[in-house]
Amino acid sequence: MSGMFVHNLRLGAASLRRNVLLTALMIMSIGFGVAASMVTFAVFRAVSGDPIPQKSAQLFVPQIDNRGPQYNRNGEPPEALNYTDAVALMRAHKAPHQTVLYAIGLSVMPADEHRMPFKAQGYATYNDFFSMFEVPFQYGGSWGGAEDESRSSVVVISRSLNQKLFAGANSVGREITMDDHAYRIVGVTEDWDPKPRFYDMFSGNAYANAVEIYIPFTLAIDQKVDTYGNNNCGSDGKRGDAHDGWVRGECVWISPWVELDSAAQVQAYRQFLDGYAKEQQSAGRFNWAPNNRLRNVHEWLDYEGAVPPESRISLTLALGFLVICLVNTIGLLLAKFMRRAPEIGVRRALGASRADIYRQFLAEASMVGVAGGLLGVVLTAIGMLGVGLVFEPHIARLAHLDVPLVLLALLLAIVATVLAAFYPTWRAAQVQPAWQLKSN
Amino acid sequence: MLKMTHLSKVYRTEVVETYALRDFNINVNEGEFVAVTGPSGSGKTTFLTIAGLLETFTGGQYHLDGVEVSNLNDNERSKIRNEKIGFIFQAFNLIPDLNVFDNVEVPLRYRGMKAPERKERIMNALERVGLASRAKHYPAELSGGQQQRVAIARALAGSPRLLLADEPTGNLDTQMARGVMELLEEIHREGATIVMVTHDPELAARAQRNVHIIDGQVVDLAEDPRFHQAVHAARANSPA
Repeated sequence: MSGMFVHNLRLGAASLRRNVLLTALMIMSIGFGVAASMVTFAVFRAVSGDPIPQKSAQLFVPQIDNRGPQYNRNGEPPEALNYTDAVALMRAHKAPHQTVLYAIGLSVMPADEHRMPFKAQGYATYNDFFSMFEVPFQYGGSWGGAEDESRSSVVVISRSLNQKLFAGANSVGREITMDDHAYRIVGVTEDWDPKPRFYDMFSGNAYANAVEIYIPFTLAIDQKVDTYGNNNCGSDGKRGDAHDGWVRGECVWISPWVELDSAAQVQAYRQFLDGYAKEQQSAGRFNWAPNNRLRNVHEWLDYEGAVPPESRISLTLALGFLVICLVNTIGLLLAKFMRRAPEIGVRRALGASRADIYRQFLAEASMVGVAGGLLGVVLTAIGMLGVGLVFEPHIARLAHLDVPLVLLALLLAIVATVLAAFYPTWRAAQVQPAWQLKSN
Repeated sequence: MLKMTHLSKVYRTEVVETYALRDFNINVNEGEFVAVTGPSGSGKTTFLTIAGLLETFTGGQYHLDGVEVSNLNDNERSKIRNEKIGFIFQAFNLIPDLNVFDNVEVPLRYRGMKAPERKERIMNALERVGLASRAKHYPAELSGGQQQRVAIARALAGSPRLLLADEPTGNLDTQMARGVMELLEEIHREGATIVMVTHDPELAARAQRNVHIIDGQVVDLAEDPRFHQAVHAARANSPA
C-alpha cells in the first residue's frame, strides 16, 4: 500500500510538472487563502485565548451597584468598585482568597545618579494577588498578609525592571526609591504578562505594556498614590475634594477579584454580596435594590468585549476568502483532472478500481495542498508585517508566527485542498472507460 | 471461456431507445482465435466493451471463465479486468507521460505485484514484442507499430486468459499491420484465447473463426455477401 502511495505521489508530481501554470495558479490560490486566514487567526488567537486556563473558572469579579439605576448602562452595575466597597469586601474576607487592585505609575530613581528617573507602571494590590493569579517568581516571592496589614514599604518588581536596575542579579532585600519613597524588594517575578490582562480590563490595560511593579494596596492608599488607570465618577463627574475626598467618594477605580473553588462557594458569595448591598440600602447609602454581579474570567472577558470586533470580522472575511480560493481550486482541479479522462479510461480498463483512481488523484491534490501550505506559511510571515495596517498597534504586536501556526497553516492547506479535490476526483472516478476508449 | 446468451444492450434517451446489441449470442472456447466482423455501427465495439467488462449490459447473460458477471460490483469487475483480460486498442491508448516500461507496468501495479516480479514480467513482455531496448522511451518517440507492440506487451505482461483486440491494426500502415498480426498469431499459437474486432476481411480471414454482426445481432456470414466473398478471397490468397 505504501509503495502504491509513493507511486501515486510520483504520478502526481509528474502531472503537476506537466502544466506549470495551472499548478502555480492552484498553489497560489491555496497559499493566499491560507495566509489570509492565518494572519487574521494569529490576531484572533492572541486576543481570544484564555489568559489563565487553569483557573479561569475559579476567579470571579464581584460588581456592586453603588450608583443606582439612573446611571447604569443596560442595568449593569459599574465595572469597578469605589474604595468603600473594595475595603468592605476585603475586610469581610468571605472568599478563600481575594484581592483588590488599581493601576499605579511611580517614578523610579536609579541608584546610579547619572541615570535619569523613569516611570514604572504596575499595581497596588494585596498579597493574595500573586497566589490567585499564579504569578511565577524568579527570586523571592510575594509579601505576606502582615505587610498588607502594616502597610509595609515593600515591592515586587518584574524581571525586566530587575534587569534594568540590577543587571538581572538577585535583588531581593535591596531597596529602590520610587516617588521619593524607599521600597524593599521582596520578590522578582518571571516574565508574566497574560493577554488579555484580564485582571485589569477596567483601565483599558488589556493589551498594555508589561507590568513592572507591585506594591501593597494599603501602603499605596497611605502614600496617597493616585490611580494611573481609569476613574469613573458617574454622570456628575465629580471626583470629590482632594485625594481623601476622592478616595472616600463614590468614584469607581478599583478592580476586585475573589477565588471561589466550588459552586457552593459561588452561591454563598452571591448571597454575601446581596446581603452587603441590603445593608447599604438599610443604611441609606443605596436607594435601590441590590444589583450585583459575579462573573468568572470567561464571562468577564465576554462582558468587557476583550475580543475586538474587527478581529472577528476580519477572521470571518478571511475564511470567506479561503472558501472562494477553494472554489477556484475546485474548478482548476476539475479542469486538470477531466483533461486526463483518456488516461483514466485506460487505467480503469487495465484494472484500476474507482478507489484506485481516488487514491491517485487525492495524492496529487494533497501535493498541491502541501505546496500551497508552504507558500501560505511564507505569505503569512509577510502578512504579519502588515498586521499593523489593519489593527491597533497594541493588538498587532501580539500576532506572531510560531510553530503551532506553521503546522496549522500546513494542515489547513492540505485538508482544505483534499476536501476541495473530492468533487473533481469523484468526477474523475466516474469516467466511463468504454466511452473514453470508444471515442478514441 | 466467453459465453453470451440472449444478451442485449440498449441506450436510452428521453425520446428514443437504441439497441446496440439485441438477442446477442456468442460462445468462444478456450484457445480460440475469433474475429468479430461487421460494418460500422453494427455493435462490434459495444460487444467488445461488454466482453471486457468496461460496460454493463441491459439483458441476458454473460459468463466469463465460468463466472456470471452481471452481479459483480465495480471492484470485482476491475479485478477480473486486471487479472483475466488483456486489451489491445486501435488507438494504442498508451499513457503519454509514462515511458514504455511504466506503461507496461500499469496493470501489474493494480495487481499489487512486488517490484522484482513486475520488472521480470515487463522485460519478458517487451522482449517478446521486440522492444526491450526501448524501455525508457516515451510513446511519442515510437512509431505507430512500435506503440501497438508496447500495448500488446502491456496486455501480455499480466498473462491474461483472454485477449480482446479492437481493430488492432486500424491505425497502422500495411507493413506494420502485418507485423502486429503475426505477433497476435504467435500469441495465439502459444495458447491464448483472442477475440479480435475488425472490419478488415484480410485480418478476419487469418482468424480461426469469424463471427459476423449486423444491427447488433450475430448473423451468418452469407448474409453479407460482399464481406463473405472478400474473406474467402483473402483465405484463398493466404500462404497458410
